[in-house]
Amino acid sequence: MHIRSRLLVGIASAVLFITLFVPIWQIQLSAPQYPEGLELYIHADKLSGDVDIINGLNNYIGMKPLHEDDFIEFTVLPYALAALGLIGLLAAAINRKKIFFTWVILFGLFGVITIIRFYLWLYDYGHNLNPNAPIQVPGMSYQPPMLGYKQLLNFGAYSIPAIGGWIIIGVVVLTALAVFFELKPKKNKT
Amino acid sequence: MDRNLKKIALAVVGLAFFAGCKPKTASDAVSGNAAQKVYVAPGEHDEFYSFTSGGFSGQVSVYGIPSGRLLKVLPVFSQDPETGYGYSEDTKPMLNTSHGFVPWGDQHHLAISQTDGDYDGRWLFANENNTPRVARLDLTTFTTDEIIEIPNSAGNHSSPFITDNTEYVIAGTRFSVPFEDEDGDIPISSYAENFSGALSFIKVDSESGRMAIDFQLKTPPVNYDLSHTGKGPSSGWFFFSTYNTEKAHTLLEVNASQNDKDFILAVNWKKAAELVKQGKGRKVKAKYAHNVYDHSKHSATSTILDEVHVLDIEDLEGIAYYIPCPKSPHGSDVDPTGEYIVGSGKLASLIPVFSFSKMLQAIEDQKFDGDFDGIPVLNYETVLHGEVQKPGLGPLHTEFDAHGNAYTSFFVSSEVVKWNIETLEVIDRQPTYYSTGHLTVAGGDTKNPYGKYLVAWNKITKDRYLPTGPELAQSAQLFDISGDKMELLLDFPTIGEPHYAQIIPASMLVDKQKRIYDINENNHKYVVKNENETRVERNGNRVDVYMTLIRTHITPDNIEGIRMGDEVYFHITNLEQDWDLPHGFAVMGNNNAEVLILPGETKTLKWEPTKVGIIPIYCSDFCSALHQEMQGYVRVSPAGSNTPLRYGTGDNAPKAE
Repeated sequence: MHIRSRLLVGIASAVLFITLFVPIWQIQLSAPQYPEGLELYIHADKLSGDVDIINGLNNYIGMKPLHEDDFIEFTVLPYALAALGLIGLLAAAINRKKIFFTWVILFGLFGVITIIRFYLWLYDYGHNLNPNAPIQVPGMSYQPPMLGYKQLLNFGAYSIPAIGGWIIIGVVVLTALAVFFELKPKKNKT
Repeated sequence: MDRNLKKIALAVVGLAFFAGCKPKTASDAVSGNAAQKVYVAPGEHDEFYSFTSGGFSGQVSVYGIPSGRLLKVLPVFSQDPETGYGYSEDTKPMLNTSHGFVPWGDQHHLAISQTDGDYDGRWLFANENNTPRVARLDLTTFTTDEIIEIPNSAGNHSSPFITDNTEYVIAGTRFSVPFEDEDGDIPISSYAENFSGALSFIKVDSESGRMAIDFQLKTPPVNYDLSHTGKGPSSGWFFFSTYNTEKAHTLLEVNASQNDKDFILAVNWKKAAELVKQGKGRKVKAKYAHNVYDHSKHSATSTILDEVHVLDIEDLEGIAYYIPCPKSPHGSDVDPTGEYIVGSGKLASLIPVFSFSKMLQAIEDQKFDGDFDGIPVLNYETVLHGEVQKPGLGPLHTEFDAHGNAYTSFFVSSEVVKWNIETLEVIDRQPTYYSTGHLTVAGGDTKNPYGKYLVAWNKITKDRYLPTGPELAQSAQLFDISGDKMELLLDFPTIGEPHYAQIIPASMLVDKQKRIYDINENNHKYVVKNENETRVERNGNRVDVYMTLIRTHITPDNIEGIRMGDEVYFHITNLEQDWDLPHGFAVMGNNNAEVLILPGETKTLKWEPTKVGIIPIYCSDFCSALHQEMQGYVRVSPAGSNTPLRYGTGDNAPKAE
């Protein structure tokens, strides 16, 4: 492996550990009654921000309250991220292309699965509403956007990466660079 | 015939001429860009808070300056049915006194706590004139957190004045009366022999703000009026204005206005406090209430204390002096440098300005003109810096800007006059509408006034607003004082009768405002922190309802088994933890107020049922889209009935048997 690829992988997997301690995704909500805004932060292992207030409001439209215990992700994600970080460090240290590409594939799988889970999760919360909810708008669902802005009744929801999300994006970029270096045909030394 | 016609024509012309000479009135006193200067656009904030006394409303009101918008009325000395202050079981003790529960007060003056002679924005102190008390309000919650009664005092008008590091709140009595440990059942005509004046020094804890009466000075029977602490070079001294040095006890309007001069009593309070520490003086029996509100328990307690430490004025030999001051002074005000003391004789036609350094010199040189009941009277001319000649009629109150100017209100000539402290020359005068009592310059009683705005708190309103029947709101007037000339910007009506105000930059308070009370830190005796803990308990004829409110239901909202003759206590916790989400709670026919419960707070409302039947209960504060659904019922059965005690909400509500 190129020394620069090893360096990139090393840095990428090292910073991946930071995502264990910072929020990864955020959903910012605003409404006429909430000029100060409401925030929901998704961490690897928990939710933070105005969870109780958001749950209280969601009650009107019959959305299930958000409870950390309802998500297997909050148990699995920290281990997955830590394992990915360790394997990456290993790849950088051992200097074997096989381990490196295994890491790339695992990381890719992790990304795809997480994104699908996140989408399903948003879909479920947005669509499976309590039929006895006080506010029922025919045909209306409340699935927040995965990325970007969406108006849901009086609330505007804006979904973007948080620090951890940006770090993961950085890790993807560094990994892509390393893959590029590794796949580039080597110039034959004369 | 011709001559007569001429005469008539001349008379008509003459009358028309005089009619044209009629002085102009208010309408043209406002300049073109006044509207721009007071316009605070929707969503924008005012630059200053004005904490304004509510006078006979007993409360304190908060206005934004320069807009003059009423932001809030803070309940202090009077019951407030709007919030339940003084009605809920948890706040009733705040209005307890040695006379029992007093539902009303007369709130006159205010003082923001100071550090080194400038506002520090921690607490607001408020006095009550009628049943002598001093309150402390917290400026993170805008709530009344403490009230202390002042014994031996009657008419706590000369109050609350704070020392430059908030060591003491000082309170002088308006009425002299016999002290509580003396026989009070005596002829009123024995005033001069048997009555005394009390000057109280209330110690303020520098951390908690808690108040305790450290000592009282017992003085000859005179009336005390507005006073101020020294600052800078005069730090450690206090200047009380006095009137009725004639010692009259009836028809004071005449009998207390006889002397050409009354006094400003200068006291070295630091030395007086040291004397107390050294054990000088004596303990005197006196009953007074000390009421404290605890934000963790969301409840107040009232303790009756029974003793104060008293120093006689004779004990202050060498640290107390009288400065003669013309004609019944209403106030003594100390300029930002601490060198000049301005006396305002409300019946005088001049303003005397005394020099602190000259006073010290006169004391050293023993320049005395006899004594008043044993305390030396300093020679007027020796301590005088000078007199402002012909400033107006009836000077009442003076405040200052940071540029060596003083602003004095004139009740009789109805104007505000700006003059230079050093040269004593009048710079500008502007009419007020009508008859200004106090005035306030932003920070005008501190070492570093903010200036910029002056508010005249007027006593007479007449035609300033749309008429509202015989009773009119009091009127305040805002002036821009940033230029040489004072410029009238705005009239605004006020609640009660503002006597004085403290104007502080909003930036000093905005960031430390509390938004909610943390429910995890709620230690109310009857708190329930979730709906599973809600319950109704009967103990004899006492029923305790442990209730929660959250958008948008009451738990329990169906209660059966209440009987006539019961005393029902609703202990209501607002489970919300969101900004600006109070819930109210009201019971039909309750001989009581509603209660307003803030997020994370618990309040107890008492109800004694008056009729057998179904009694509705509901949330009285429009809390959310389903506020109108936030309601319930209580079933009241006859006394002695055996309707079982059942309660719940939704699936848990009592079912048909």
